[in-house]
Amino acid sequence: MKVSGTATVFGDNVNTDAIIPGKYLTSLDPLELAKHAMEGLDKDFAKRAEKGVIVIAGRNFGCGSSREQAPIALKYAGVKCIIAESFARIFYRNAINIGLPVLECQGISRKVEEGDMIDVDLEKGKVINMSKNQILFGTKLPSFILQILKDGGLIKHLRKRMGRENDV
Amino acid sequence: MNIAEKILAAASDRDFVKPGDIVEAKIDMAMVNEITGPLAIQAFKDIGAPKVWDREKIVMVLDHQVPADSVKSAELHRIMRDFAKEQEIPFLYDVGFGGICHQVMVEKGHVRPGELIVGADSHTCTYGALGAFATGIGSTEMAAVFATGKIWLKVPSTIKVNLTGRFKKFVTPKDLILYLIGKIGADGATYKAVEFTGPAVTLMSIGGRMTLCNMTVEMGAKTGIISPDETTFAYVESRTNKSFMVIGSDSDADYERKMEVKIDELEPQIACPHSVDNVKSVKEVEGREVDQAFIGSCTNGRIEDLELAAQFLKGRRIRKGVRLIVIPASQEVYLQALQWGLLETFIQAGAYVCSPTCGPCFGGHMGLLTDGEVCISTSNRNFAGRMGSPKAEIYLASPATVAASAVAGKIVDPRDFLEAKP
Repeated sequence: MKVSGTATVFGDNVNTDAIIPGKYLTSLDPLELAKHAMEGLDKDFAKRAEKGVIVIAGRNFGCGSSREQAPIALKYAGVKCIIAESFARIFYRNAINIGLPVLECQGISRKVEEGDMIDVDLEKGKVINMSKNQILFGTKLPSFILQILKDGGLIKHLRKRMGRENDV
Repeated sequence: MNIAEKILAAASDRDFVKPGDIVEAKIDMAMVNEITGPLAIQAFKDIGAPKVWDREKIVMVLDHQVPADSVKSAELHRIMRDFAKEQEIPFLYDVGFGGICHQVMVEKGHVRPGELIVGADSHTCTYGALGAFATGIGSTEMAAVFATGKIWLKVPSTIKVNLTGRFKKFVTPKDLILYLIGKIGADGATYKAVEFTGPAVTLMSIGGRMTLCNMTVEMGAKTGIISPDETTFAYVESRTNKSFMVIGSDSDADYERKMEVKIDELEPQIACPHSVDNVKSVKEVEGREVDQAFIGSCTNGRIEDLELAAQFLKGRRIRKGVRLIVIPASQEVYLQALQWGLLETFIQAGAYVCSPTCGPCFGGHMGLLTDGEVCISTSNRNFAGRMGSPKAEIYLASPATVAASAVAGKIVDPRDFLEAKP
C-alpha cells in the first residue's frame, strides 16, 4: 500500500481541538468537517490540502478528545497519510478505523520541510523524501491493521469478513 | 500481574498476559454520548448487523449540548433516541435524567470493579477509580463493539504512582493530578496504564479518585486505575445489585516505572496556557486577572467539589467584571447541591448556575470565550481554542483555587485567600 503527496509540517502535541474545534462537532457531513480541518492552527490548511498532502508532525499528534471527527476532517480535506514522531492512542486507532494511514517515524520532523515530495510504502514502513533524497523507516504496522487500511477502514473490513461487501 | 493486566487477561479468557500482547477482549459495558454516538450509529448501520450484541450493556447519554442548543444538536439527540428505541436499549439518559456521561456511568451503577469498559469519550478512563479497566475509543470502533461485543487491545505497560501522606488544607486530588501531568508530560504515559496505590489513595473519596483517573488521559494514558478497596465496595454496593469480580494488583506485579509522591508537600497547582503539562504552583502565577471562572465538568463537577468551592463563596461576592459559571456534573449532584444550600450560596455570590452539561469545557455552549479573555477553570483541557477563541487563555486548577480567584478577580492561592478576611 503506497501513498505520495506534498509534505505539510506541524509541531508537537497537535490536539483534536486544533484539528476540529468543538463547535463544529454537530455536523455529520465529512465535507463540512473538512472545511474546518486544522482551523485552530492554520486557517489556510483546507485549501492547501485539497491537492493531496502528507502531514508531517512531531510528538503526540492527535492528543485530546476521542472525536473521530478529527481524522475524518483531515481525510476528507485531502490528507493521504500522517507521519509523526508519535501519536496519541485514540487518534491513532480512529485514523486506522476510518481508513486514514498513519505511520510512526522517529526523526521525521527533522528530516522534512514544508513542500517536500514524500513517498510512503506502508507495508515496509518506508518513507522516501524525494526532494531531499532521504529514506527513513518508521514502525511497521501489524498485518491485521494494514488489512483494515487496505479494506478502506474498519467498517468495510468487517463487512468483508462478514461477507456483506456487496450489500447496499 | 497488576490490576490492568489481570482485567485484560480475564476479559480475553487467558490465564496470563504481559505488556505488548494483543488480546481480543469481551466488553462489559459500552458508553456513547451525543457527540460520538450518532457517528457510531451510522457506522453500525453500515456494518449491517441487525441488532446490537447486548442491549443491556450499552449506555447512551445526552450531555455535551443539552438541552439542545441548536437545531443540529436537536437532530443528534433524536438520532440517539431513535436508536435506543429501535434497539430497545434501556439505558438512555435523556435531558433531565442524567448529566455528564462519566458521572452518570458511576452514579447509576454501570461501573463495577474488574470490568472492561469502553466509552466513545476520552475521559472514559475516569472509571478506573472503581477498579475497572476503562478506556476511550472512537465512534467507528464503538460501532464494531455494538456489533460484536469485542475489541482488540494491546496490553499496556503500567506506571505505578505510590501516594503517601495527607493533603494540606485546600490542596486536592486535582492539584495532585496536575502536578503529576507536569512531571510525566502530555505524552509521557501514551499507551500506558497509570495505577495509583498507597495509603493516601486509601484515604481518598471515590470523587477524588475519579478526578485522579479522569485526567490520566491528559498524559496520554490508556487508563488510570486503582485497585478496589472497602471504600470502593461500599460505593458500588450502594449503586448496584449486580455482582462483580474483585481484582487487584499482586504484591509482586511488574511495572514499567514506579513513582513516589508525598502529598503532604504538595502546593496548589495550576496548568497554564496552552498545554495541560505547563504546570506551575499557583503562587507562581498569582495576580493574573481573570474574566471568567468555571466550576464543573467530569473532572470537578461533583458534590464535594461544589461544597469546597462554596466555602470560598459563602457570604462573599465575586469580583465585579468576573463571570463565574457553575455547572453540577449530574442531576443527582444538582439536587444535592440544592438541598445542601450550595446553589443559594453560588447565586448570592453572583455565580451563574447552569443545569448539568459538559457546556463550556469542550467549547460547546454555556460560556465560551472571545479573543484575549482569560478563564480559570476546574475542567481538564486548556488547548488554544478549547473553550472558544484560540486567542483566549485557559488556566486549569482546583475548585478551591477557581472559587477563590473568582472572588479576588485574579488568580490567588486559596489558602492565603481564606486567611485574609474580606
